[in-house]
Amino acid sequence: MGTWVFLAAGWVLLIALYGLVTSRNLIHAIGCLAVAQSSTYLLLLAVGYRREATAPVYSDLTPGTRPVVDPVVQALALTDVVVGATVTALLLALTIQLRKRHHTVDPQALIGLKG
Amino acid sequence: MTEAALLPLAVAVPLLGAALLAVAGRILPRTGCDILATGCAGAEVVCLVLLWTHNSGRLATADLGGWPARLGIVLAADPIGAGLALLVAVLVPVVVYSWRFFEEPTGEHAGAFPALILLFEAGMAGFALTGDLFNAFVFFELMGAAAYALTGYRIEDPRPLHGAITFGIVTSFAAYCSLLGIGLLYARTGELNLARLGQQLASHHTDLLTAGAFVLIATALLVKAAAVPFHFWLPDAHAVAPTPVCMLMSGAMVELGVYGIARIYWTVFSGPGGIPHQAFHTTFTALGLLTALLGALMCWQQRHLKRLLAFSTISHVGLFLIAVALLTPDGATGTAVYVAAHGLVKAALFALTGVLLDRYGSVDEHGLHGKARDLRTVGVLFVVGALALAGMPPFGTGLGKALSEDAAGRWQPWLPAVFVGASAVTGAAVLRAGLRIFWGAGPALRSRPDEDETTGEGEEPEIRSPQRTPPRAMTIVPAVLLGLAVLVGSLPAIAAALARGAAVFTDPAGYTAAVLTHPSTPPGPMPAGDWTATGVLLGLLSTSIAAALATAAVRKPSPTLPAHHPAARLVRALRRSHSGHLGDYLAWLALGVAALCIAIAAQT
Repeated sequence: MGTWVFLAAGWVLLIALYGLVTSRNLIHAIGCLAVAQSSTYLLLLAVGYRREATAPVYSDLTPGTRPVVDPVVQALALTDVVVGATVTALLLALTIQLRKRHHTVDPQALIGLKG
Repeated sequence: MTEAALLPLAVAVPLLGAALLAVAGRILPRTGCDILATGCAGAEVVCLVLLWTHNSGRLATADLGGWPARLGIVLAADPIGAGLALLVAVLVPVVVYSWRFFEEPTGEHAGAFPALILLFEAGMAGFALTGDLFNAFVFFELMGAAAYALTGYRIEDPRPLHGAITFGIVTSFAAYCSLLGIGLLYARTGELNLARLGQQLASHHTDLLTAGAFVLIATALLVKAAAVPFHFWLPDAHAVAPTPVCMLMSGAMVELGVYGIARIYWTVFSGPGGIPHQAFHTTFTALGLLTALLGALMCWQQRHLKRLLAFSTISHVGLFLIAVALLTPDGATGTAVYVAAHGLVKAALFALTGVLLDRYGSVDEHGLHGKARDLRTVGVLFVVGALALAGMPPFGTGLGKALSEDAAGRWQPWLPAVFVGASAVTGAAVLRAGLRIFWGAGPALRSRPDEDETTGEGEEPEIRSPQRTPPRAMTIVPAVLLGLAVLVGSLPAIAAALARGAAVFTDPAGYTAAVLTHPSTPPGPMPAGDWTATGVLLGLLSTSIAAALATAAVRKPSPTLPAHHPAARLVRALRRSHSGHLGDYLAWLALGVAALCIAIAAQT
């Protein structure tokens, strides 16, 4: 693990950025946004990772008997998933309206706002 | 009621109201929903006024769920944070009230819009009052999601959808960058509480990880604050959002970005092991300068009134950033007064633009030339708003500008010139539009079909039955808002309270002590919050420059510069860069993050 996960998180963020900058389809762009978000999952889970440790669930585990991974980052990742789902759903809903009423999902075909 | 009860209530009231409206909206008629929403918004104002008067110059904290600060989430309100939440809360009833006159899109139930507004308010209040970094991210996303939905509320037209999608993708991408920064900080310190983060960082050395974490966290806040080159989403979103939403976004949401940067820098990064004061100072002054100048230049070029006002907000954000980057209590006082008054004035100007939109179905400065001659009251208010924007005494904008100029001038004697210039040009642009539209001043303008610009013609009127005379409330509301802006400038008690707040805000040791051990710390020496002769003179100077510029522009409208002149080319290039393309905006964002990383890393 070590630094490699952090580099991977950075790489995932950058390819998402590349996808967003060159996107010709809003569905693809929103997918890229989800990819950008996965980089945060990678980083958060890597921060809390411990070798030989188990999940921080104490229903079948006596506290103190085994090392567990950091539950805080898992809670953060979970909240992040919820936030991401909300934003993705909202953006997809807006895209559907755009397709329905204006028959395009190409962000470069939207030229109503400039200057 | 105690502070420990008031603080969570300030977030809970609008959240509950939103949930209630979402359910009740299916049963209640339109009027019932509007009464319910106004009631919730009113309760929130009462709650925040109590909180603001209660904690005269101290930091009030509440440990949520009874967990101590080292484990749980803390809400913390100083007069600045609570004051910003109060500004939001004052604007919300206005918005909800004026919504009475607006038309619902087909297929929506009556509670949807006020519910979204209350959700937006909850996000903003929570962001202003939280003492926890991850919690701040969640509230940031909550206000973001509500704002995207509100921006794209009128789905009949492709432009609101376009503006909302751009706004949503750019802001969310920046928020994920921020979350990466929060993850890095957590990896370094094992903390998320702002006060404890600052404490823990002190035992580490400043290195690339600290600098990277700071820049990543600042990214989302700079996007929200619309600092150049993170600002591109803002004029597009403002041009298409319903007018009441523009009032909230320009009046309070954008300023919350500046607040977030200042709050997180002071509490987390200002100590040892953080970002040196000099690095923050230089970088953010440069950023503020660029934002103020570019915002003013672009503001002058606009003919779409909402875009014009949006660029004026960008220019003012630049001024706020410069004053915050001074890192002195005086600078913070100036910013606080300026933000409060600017929010009120800007909301009033958007409301007046809304009247034009409803009556003529256009917000185009050229198309409306001389059309609104009979709307005298609206015209007078519009001109007064423009002069207030330029910093005329006794408006709060003038006081805030004077205090910021005074604080900035003590560091660099030429900085007040930037304040005078930016506020004069933005004020002049609004004044120019007002004179042309309401008095028909100057010759009518020829159309320029080949130009890269958004005209503002052919907009859909927003109110239920566009009629010859606008509802009286639509002129009373902006008048009240402008009156409040005068109060901010002329009631010494308000400026004094904000000055006390600034002393608390710029005292990270006091913040840490208050959050972790709850003593009632005595506030430090209080910065000045009064008018000075220089301040009044500079305010009058910028107002008269604005008046002169506007008169000159109205008299001689056609640009005299030949097309190949370097200045004309620069303006054309700048206007083309605001292309409306999502990809371009994200490329600029990446460029901005890279530049900030280099600037901060080089100085640490």
